[in-house]
Amino acid sequence: MARTMWDSSVGKKTVMAVSGLIMLLYLVVHMFGNLKIFFGAGDFNHYAHWLRTIGEPVMHYEWTLWVIRVVLVVAVVAHAVSAYQLSRRDLRARPNKYVHKKPRASYATRTMRWGGIILALFIVWHILDLTTGTLHPGGFQEGRPYQNVVDTFSTWYGNVIYIVAMLAVGLHVRHGFWSAAQTLGVGSRTRDRALKTVANVLALLLTAGFIAVPVGVMTGVVS
Amino acid sequence: MKLTLRVWRQRNADAEGAMSTYEVDGISSDMSFLEMLDTLNEELILNGEDPVAFDHDCREGICGACSLVINGDAHGPERTTTCQLHMRSFKDGDTIDIEPWRASAFPVIKDLVVDRSAFDRIIQAGGYITAPTGAAPEAHATPVPKPDADFAFEHAECIGCGACVAACPNGAAMLFTSAKVSHLNVLPQGAPERETRVLDMVAQMDEEGFGGCTLTGECATACPKGIPLMSITNMNKEWLRATRKAGKR
Ligand code: HEM
Ligand code: SF4
Ligand code: FES
Repeated sequence: MARTMWDSSVGKKTVMAVSGLIMLLYLVVHMFGNLKIFFGAGDFNHYAHWLRTIGEPVMHYEWTLWVIRVVLVVAVVAHAVSAYQLSRRDLRARPNKYVHKKPRASYATRTMRWGGIILALFIVWHILDLTTGTLHPGGFQEGRPYQNVVDTFSTWYGNVIYIVAMLAVGLHVRHGFWSAAQTLGVGSRTRDRALKTVANVLALLLTAGFIAVPVGVMTGVVS
Repeated sequence: MKLTLRVWRQRNADAEGAMSTYEVDGISSDMSFLEMLDTLNEELILNGEDPVAFDHDCREGICGACSLVINGDAHGPERTTTCQLHMRSFKDGDTIDIEPWRASAFPVIKDLVVDRSAFDRIIQAGGYITAPTGAAPEAHATPVPKPDADFAFEHAECIGCGACVAACPNGAAMLFTSAKVSHLNVLPQGAPERETRVLDMVAQMDEEGFGGCTLTGECATACPKGIPLMSITNMNKEWLRATRKAGKR
């Protein structure tokens, strides 16, 4: 069954939909967690510490976090590899363009591939910046995420990269959420309006929620 | 009306093609698009030139033979087949671009004619039912609920023209295949092959080199028969169901 899934264009698209939805679920939780930054360093750092203690005492310190990280890495890799392979197939299937060109499809639909590439690059930068600290501006402090976030958003490029990526997330989710419903066969004529509305609300919520943080730092609300 | 036509000319499958420009005069707004091309071809033949090759058969919108991408739209600006498109949709003095269906799975044979036999092979893979032949069965023998009959009929309208593939930025045959799968899978007559049909037809579709679906919806916008985009959603559902069942066996 796994073989049938991966070898078929419809199956690979299913892998993309499921991995996309896993990332989407994570992003919603992540966004709410980030908003705790508006309640001060104590609140935010406490939340970051709690992430490492979820599931205790069954789980050891950081075990649950590592489980989440592994699931996310698998999802990102599965999503990106299937996106790459399907895109290759799509481009091969239509090598000759029409001489008479027309603007087609919505902006969100047309930017799924470029948006995806932006997101992939962003994910790498984001982890090197705020998880490992490798690319962090100034001294990265393990266990003091509040200060780290403030440092990142005190640089102009930190803000630019982040805000562009969050706009890309919004566009990606706008087409992606509804698409995933069709790919998984749960869309229908009666549900279409609702699915599109949920997609738009999710997209808006994520983009606005995530961007609130750099805006907070830039305006001095968070410092 | 007097029109300028820019037409894709290509000697054969291996030749390089290019757009050629022609002027046609004396076109009536009541002519069909194909009659307008007939007028052009008569002139070309009189001048000793090679007429433009294009596909057509019934000329009444039911066979699926006619094609043509007209000003970037498969089957032109109206939601109908090219044979049912009339020149009243254009204005005197217009320039019209006419190109063949574009997809690697539909190679150009000559000018505007493409090879659509990939569709035949998708049908051969599962677009049939195993029914006893002979006298027509008694109409009440196999009851079909009305909503199912309507659903099947909506999808049975597909004439296999390939406009969905031509319009799709990925050259995908999802709408065609999903129309066939949806039509037969909902009916009791199609039930014995419900799983194999969708699995085999999708596999053949991939085999032919069609692209995948990115749900841009261009196919459903171009389809002269109004096959809905939700048809694809339904095929995805059928495919996942069949894959799960096959996994259990
Ligand atoms: C690693 C970076 C990423 C790449 C390269 C990427 C690429 C793509 C591509 C090419 C598509 C198909 C677009 C289409 O069908 O037109 C897609 C769909 C999708 N993506 Fe992403 N994406 C990435 C990250 C994400 C993230 C972070 C999320 C989480 C919100 C996400 C959620 C989705 C969803 C839900 C779909 C719809 C799947 C479907 O059509 O069935 N993607 N992605
Ligand atoms: S689905 Fe519509 S566009 Fe595609 S082959 Fe059938 S009738 Fe033509
Ligand atoms: S010629 Fe038969 S549908 Fe157009």
